[in-house]
Amino acid sequence: MKASLTLGKVSSFLGLGFFTTLKDLFTGKLEKEDFKNLLRKFIVPLASILLFFLLWHLGAKSLYNIEAEYKIEKALQDQGQAAADALTACIASGESSCQPNTLPSPSQVWDSFQSLLRDHNIISADKAAFVEKTAALNAKRVAAGKDAIVYTGRPSFVDQIFRSLQTVFAGFLLALFIAVPLGIFIGLSPTLKSAFNWFIQIFKPVSPVVWYLLVFMIVKTLLIGSTDDSSFTISFISVGLCSMWATLVNTAMGVSTVDKDYINVAKVLKLGTFQKIFKVVLPSSLPLIFTGLKITLSVAWMVLIAIELLAQSPGLGLFVWEEFQNGANDSNAKIIVAMFVIGIIGFLLDRLMLTIQNWVSFDKQDAI
Amino acid sequence: MSIITENTITKNVLENGKFPSNDVMLDLNDLKKVYPTPKGDYVVLEHLNLQIRKEEFVTIIGHSGCGKTTMLSMIAGLNPISGGNISVLGKHIKGPGPDRGVIFQSPSLMPWMTSLQNVLLGVNQVFPHATKAQRNDIAKYYLQKVGLEDAFHKKASELSQGMQQRVGIARAFAIKPKVLLLDEPFGMLDSLTRGELQDILIEIWNKEKITAVMITHDVDEAIFLADRVVMMTSGPRAKIGDVLDIDFKRPRTRKSVLEHDDYYKYRKHLIDFLEH
Repeated sequence: MKASLTLGKVSSFLGLGFFTTLKDLFTGKLEKEDFKNLLRKFIVPLASILLFFLLWHLGAKSLYNIEAEYKIEKALQDQGQAAADALTACIASGESSCQPNTLPSPSQVWDSFQSLLRDHNIISADKAAFVEKTAALNAKRVAAGKDAIVYTGRPSFVDQIFRSLQTVFAGFLLALFIAVPLGIFIGLSPTLKSAFNWFIQIFKPVSPVVWYLLVFMIVKTLLIGSTDDSSFTISFISVGLCSMWATLVNTAMGVSTVDKDYINVAKVLKLGTFQKIFKVVLPSSLPLIFTGLKITLSVAWMVLIAIELLAQSPGLGLFVWEEFQNGANDSNAKIIVAMFVIGIIGFLLDRLMLTIQNWVSFDKQDAI
Repeated sequence: MSIITENTITKNVLENGKFPSNDVMLDLNDLKKVYPTPKGDYVVLEHLNLQIRKEEFVTIIGHSGCGKTTMLSMIAGLNPISGGNISVLGKHIKGPGPDRGVIFQSPSLMPWMTSLQNVLLGVNQVFPHATKAQRNDIAKYYLQKVGLEDAFHKKASELSQGMQQRVGIARAFAIKPKVLLLDEPFGMLDSLTRGELQDILIEIWNKEKITAVMITHDVDEAIFLADRVVMMTSGPRAKIGDVLDIDFKRPRTRKSVLEHDDYYKYRKHLIDFLEH
């Protein structure tokens, strides 16, 4: 990709083709027949987004009312009219301590999003100040052969996002380095295939939770005596093991179904095994390998949340769990913020893989 | 039948009907191919004998499914032999090898490589001791010969079917095989492109004189390209039904061939064979 990233390129990368049409509208390039296109690509999605927020808003409002009425009714029965009136006034005043706890509305979620960002700014300022304060001391400590003092404060929401991305990429790389070579060997040799087939069939459907427990059992023993936090290791290995199956199966299939014509060419030219694999078999199975990797990355991102939650490894999964346990007034809204962030990042990762896949595959048609 | 008796008089033939062995490039001797099926063996080819002389261009015609392609892929070494043997210059073949170049029906180029890389794939294999520049020169020379001097660095997937098959021709000639095997190489092309590629093929062939065996469905193509047209009987148990010598002088042009008095005699002979 060259430096000239135009709006059109960016929007088609994001799968948001309507931006291009929108640009045409403002630059006056829009023809009459493009109107249908505009309607389909821009107005209809926009309308559906607005409708979604409207329904969400109305739904949240009615849930809020149900919860509030129940609370007031309960106060009336348990403590009498005066308590019920006080509670009604309290709810109407917007006082946070007595708010009904239910599905947050879009505006509450937006507020929480902004408060999370503010929180991040405070924490990162704090962190910068800490680094500045300890710089001289740390230099001395390092010179004396001691470990530097590191910031151990609470991670911000943005820190959690990056931590999750780290875990998912570590898991993805693990899956890549296990599944691709293994898939190639299985695809090349029918003997290995029959040796491994039961293994794949049985372990493929195992749930992420069970993988986590298995990895926990093993890593706990391997790292016995170590004081380091092993939650990151455990969670990325679990993510890798859960998500590698799609790549393994796709690679094996790609390698074993190389076009017979190519194999015949390799035979006629008497290519050696090494050359046959690297010049013929691998390039021709790249599209399928990448289809597998794309599925692997999206599965990794999906199971990550559950595994972080179990492993108590910092990240979005733990964030969601802690907010749920926390039960503060804006906890529900923060959970919804995390949900959107998870969804959007998942979507971007998928697009990234699709772009790489289109880039490496030799038939330049749309990939699956 | 009169054509055959006329022509064979002038050729160097031994009393048993075979050619002298130092003249023969490719020898199929009592060749047999059997495919086992649940209902018993299916014999595709049986008692198939064919000798092809050095620097000869032979085309093979026969009905679809008669076993032409089976025979060719057996010569290429891609299909195991059930009985009899095949020898190149008196040596029995064992499996495939670059002494027998193949031009497949579909171009079979690696779509992720450029046309130059596709040709080099074979050249590197056959001339491992040549320098990189020499190998490049060989590959480029043959690509130029097939009219692709502007497409060295185009990906094979970006080329049209006809252009791809040109690369296939260049790849086959560039490895300088002893025998060139062509499995209906132009069958998938439109008739205009087919004519162009026939001209290119015969032009290179006139220079290189590599013994060639080509399968075709096209009677005119068979006559235009060949020194001999071999007709195969319909399967099962297919064998050589008849052989027709084509006595046009080389280099030939399409026009001179079409205008030649014998052309329609040859054509009638082949069509009579195919229709019976």
